[in-house]
Amino acid sequence: MDAARVGIITFPGSLDDKDAARAVRLAGAEPVALWHGDHDLRGVDAVVLPGGFSYGDYLRAGAIARFAPLMTELVAAAEAGLPVLGICNGFQVLCESHLLPGALLPNAGLHFVCRDQRLRVENADTVWTTEYREGQELVIPIKNRDGRYTADRETLAELASTGRIVARYLDLNPNGSQDDIAGICNEAGNVVGLMPHPEHAVESLTGPSTDGLGFFTSIVKRLVNA
Amino acid sequence: MARVVVDVMLKPEILDPQGQAIARKLPQLGFDGVVAVRQGKRFEVELEGEADEAALERVAKIAETLLANPVIENYEVRVL
Repeated sequence: MDAARVGIITFPGSLDDKDAARAVRLAGAEPVALWHGDHDLRGVDAVVLPGGFSYGDYLRAGAIARFAPLMTELVAAAEAGLPVLGICNGFQVLCESHLLPGALLPNAGLHFVCRDQRLRVENADTVWTTEYREGQELVIPIKNRDGRYTADRETLAELASTGRIVARYLDLNPNGSQDDIAGICNEAGNVVGLMPHPEHAVESLTGPSTDGLGFFTSIVKRLVNA
Repeated sequence: MARVVVDVMLKPEILDPQGQAIARKLPQLGFDGVVAVRQGKRFEVELEGEADEAALERVAKIAETLLANPVIENYEVRVL
């Protein structure tokens, strides 16, 4: 059987597309490079929007990337159920695209934060988190300047009551995110946004743990069984 | 040629740590009596033609689409 094909979109200013591709390969899928300027998702089975500073994060993080040519196809495909994971800058792009509610604002402490972060998986039912169990604690690097998840009160209440908070920060909240939110998903559970970087925690040589691999093995298992 | 200004501000309920950092500095500089500072963005948009109603509507559309994120920000359009 052919391996599942997971696309990784490179925008000008993406930094972590290679690491995301490596994580996809380690999880047993074939990474497929996608270019922001194309109008072709190349028939992939899932998409990762990687971290970085797309278009320099000019104006607002993710604000210009949201209008990249390929985003037209991506938004339509995500709304039709294509699994999409946005990591860090990818999460910001998903919020700016309104595939996910809320927005990511400059960290409350105004500093760029880079450290190994403890998290708790709150929803192990999304297509990107089935290899975890609810309540499982992970250590995954976080590195961002604009990571303060913000939404209005009704949205926050809805996210909490419908199980759409995928992960929360433990110990210290690194950026002032409301409700300690580190990641959320859309209503259908196929689109997940995550501020920490699971692709940097897939090998013990380079990461603080291999706790991040589960996001990628979750989707691979899902696609193979589909 | 007309110049139209778009002011974009974070919604009042959203924390603005940059504004707070500025406000905290002011007493050290001898500026008393400031209760709060909020930081926003100002865009100057130059138009080919007159800033008539249709043009202003177009600028409002630009503001809503790109210059501001209506989830977190409000905007105002005015002719300079």
